[in-house]
Amino acid sequence: MDNIIEVKNVSFEYDIESEKKPILKDFSVSFQRGSFTVILGRNGSGKSTLAKLLNGLNKPSSGKVFVDGMDTSLPEYEIEIKRRVGMVFQNPDNQLIATIVEEDVAFGPENLGFEPGEIRRRVDNALKAVDMYDYRRHAPHKLSGGQKQRVAIAGIIAMEPRCLVLDEPTAMLDPKGRQEVMQVIRRLNKEKNITIILITHYMDEAVNADRVIVMDGGKIVLDGPPKEVFSKPNIIKQSGLDLPQPTELIFQLKEAGFEFQDGIISVDECVNALKRALTQEV
Amino acid sequence: MLKDITLGQYYPTNSVLHRLDPRLKLIVLFAIIVFIFISSNVFSLAFLILFIALFIIISKVPFKIYIRNIKSIVLIIALTTTLNAFYVDTGTVVLKFWNITITSGGIERAVFMTIRIILLILSSAMLTYTTTPTELTYAIESLLGPLKHLGLGNAVHTLAMMMTIALRFIPTLVEETEKIMNAQKSRGADLESGPLLKRIKSLLPILIPLLISSFRRAYDLAEAMECRCYSGGKGRQRMKQFKLGVRDYISIFIVILLIASILVINYLYSAGIIYLNVW
Repeated sequence: MDNIIEVKNVSFEYDIESEKKPILKDFSVSFQRGSFTVILGRNGSGKSTLAKLLNGLNKPSSGKVFVDGMDTSLPEYEIEIKRRVGMVFQNPDNQLIATIVEEDVAFGPENLGFEPGEIRRRVDNALKAVDMYDYRRHAPHKLSGGQKQRVAIAGIIAMEPRCLVLDEPTAMLDPKGRQEVMQVIRRLNKEKNITIILITHYMDEAVNADRVIVMDGGKIVLDGPPKEVFSKPNIIKQSGLDLPQPTELIFQLKEAGFEFQDGIISVDECVNALKRALTQEV
Repeated sequence: MLKDITLGQYYPTNSVLHRLDPRLKLIVLFAIIVFIFISSNVFSLAFLILFIALFIIISKVPFKIYIRNIKSIVLIIALTTTLNAFYVDTGTVVLKFWNITITSGGIERAVFMTIRIILLILSSAMLTYTTTPTELTYAIESLLGPLKHLGLGNAVHTLAMMMTIALRFIPTLVEETEKIMNAQKSRGADLESGPLLKRIKSLLPILIPLLISSFRRAYDLAEAMECRCYSGGKGRQRMKQFKLGVRDYISIFIVILLIASILVINYLYSAGIIYLNVW
C-alpha cells in the first residue's frame, strides 16, 4: 500500500507578537491510501496545525509535506493539492458560502471550472453521498447542525478528493448530529475509498478507526491500531485525554484487582468480558 | 423582532416566475418601478394593480407572506399618505377645520401614493421570493458584464461575491446578535429602558462581541473558501447557466405589451378620451 500524504521532518511555528511560538518540531508522519486515521490530542497539542499542513493551508517552516508526491510549498500545485485533500472544519456555519444548499455544494466544482453538466452531476452525487439530496433547495441556516455539517462535507466531496481531513467536525453538534456525521464519514471511507484523517477529542469516534495517533506537545505519543493504543491507559491519561468508556471501566476494575484481558475498547467487547467474569463468580 | 427581516427570503414554489431568467426578472422589476411612477392616472394604475395581482397569483407564494412585507412599512405609508393629503391644495375643498384644508386633489394624491408604495413593495418582494440571492447576484454580475471590457472584471466578480456572502450571513449574524443580547441581559444589562443616549450606549456591549466574532467568522470562511479551491473570478464556472427560453420570450412579450398599454392609457387619459370623475 502506498502513502497519499507524507510529512517529512516538518517544523512549524506561529508568529505571535513577533515572538516565535513553535508548534511542531521535526515532525514526521505518513498516511496510507484508503485508511481511516483518527488523531487525538488535547487543546494546543498541535493537531489542528498538523491538519492545516496536510493541504497546504499552513506551509511548513522547515521540512516538506507531500501529497501524492506533490510538494505543498510549491504554488503550482496549490489548487490540485486542495482538490485532492479536502478539509472540513469545526463550525459548519463558517464554511457555507451560498444561501441554497445545492449552490453551496457547487462552489468547489465551480471554482475548478468544470462544465455546468459535470458540476450538476458532482453536486447531485455529493448530496446523495451525505443523504442531503432531498434538502438541495433548502436554505442552510434553517438546517440542524448535523445537516449543515453534512452539507459542508458534500461541498468538499463534490471536488472528488482522494483524502478528507476533518478538524473536529462533530465538536459543535448534538449527539444525533454527531452520529449522522460519523456515519457519513465511515461510509465515504468504505464505499468511496476516500482516505479519512479525523481529528477529534471524542474517544468513541476513534474506536472503529484503522489507526489512532495520540499527540501531545507537538509530538506523536502513541501511534497504532485502536486496540494497541488504548491498552496504554497511563500514557493516554498523561496526554490529557480520557479513555473510551468501556476501556475506562475495565481499567478501573483492573486497578481494583480484577483480572481482565487487554484491548477491550468497544461496548460489545466490554459486555462480553463482564458477562464471562460474572458467570465465573457465580 | 429581528427574525422579521424578510430581505432576501427566497420562497421556493417552483412556479413559472421562479424559473424565469433572473436577469430578465431584474430588468422587468426596474421597468415596473419606472411605470409605477409614470402611471399618473386611475386607469394605468388600475392596470398595473391587475398585472401585479396576476403575477402574485402566478408566483404561488401565499398572499399572507406578501402582507407581512407591507405590515413592516405601515408607518411609512401612513406618514406619506397624511403628508400628501395635507400639503396638496388643488381641486375642490372637501374638508376644512381651523387652518387645515383637505382638498380632493390631496386625497387623490394620497391614494395614488399609497398604492404606489404598496405596489413597489409587492413587486420587489416578488423578485426576492422567486429568485434565490445567488441567482440575483448572478444577474447583477451578468448585467454588469460589459464593465469587464473596461478592465473592471475583477471588481464585478468581487462585488457579486461580497453580496453572496453578505446575504448568506445575515441570518447567521441576526441569530448571533440575539444570543449576545440574551447573554448581556442575563448579566443584568438593561437594553430597553432609559433615555435614548443611554440606550445607544448600552448597544456597545452587543456590537463589540458581534464585531469580534464576525472577524473570526470571516477568517474561518476565508480558509474554508481557500480549501474549496477559490482563487477569484478567473476560470470560475457556473453550475446554473441561464439561456433565454420560450418562457422568457413569452414574458418579454407580455411585459412589452404591459408597457405599451400603459403608454396608450396615459396618452388617452391626457388627451381626454377616457376620464373618470368621482367628485
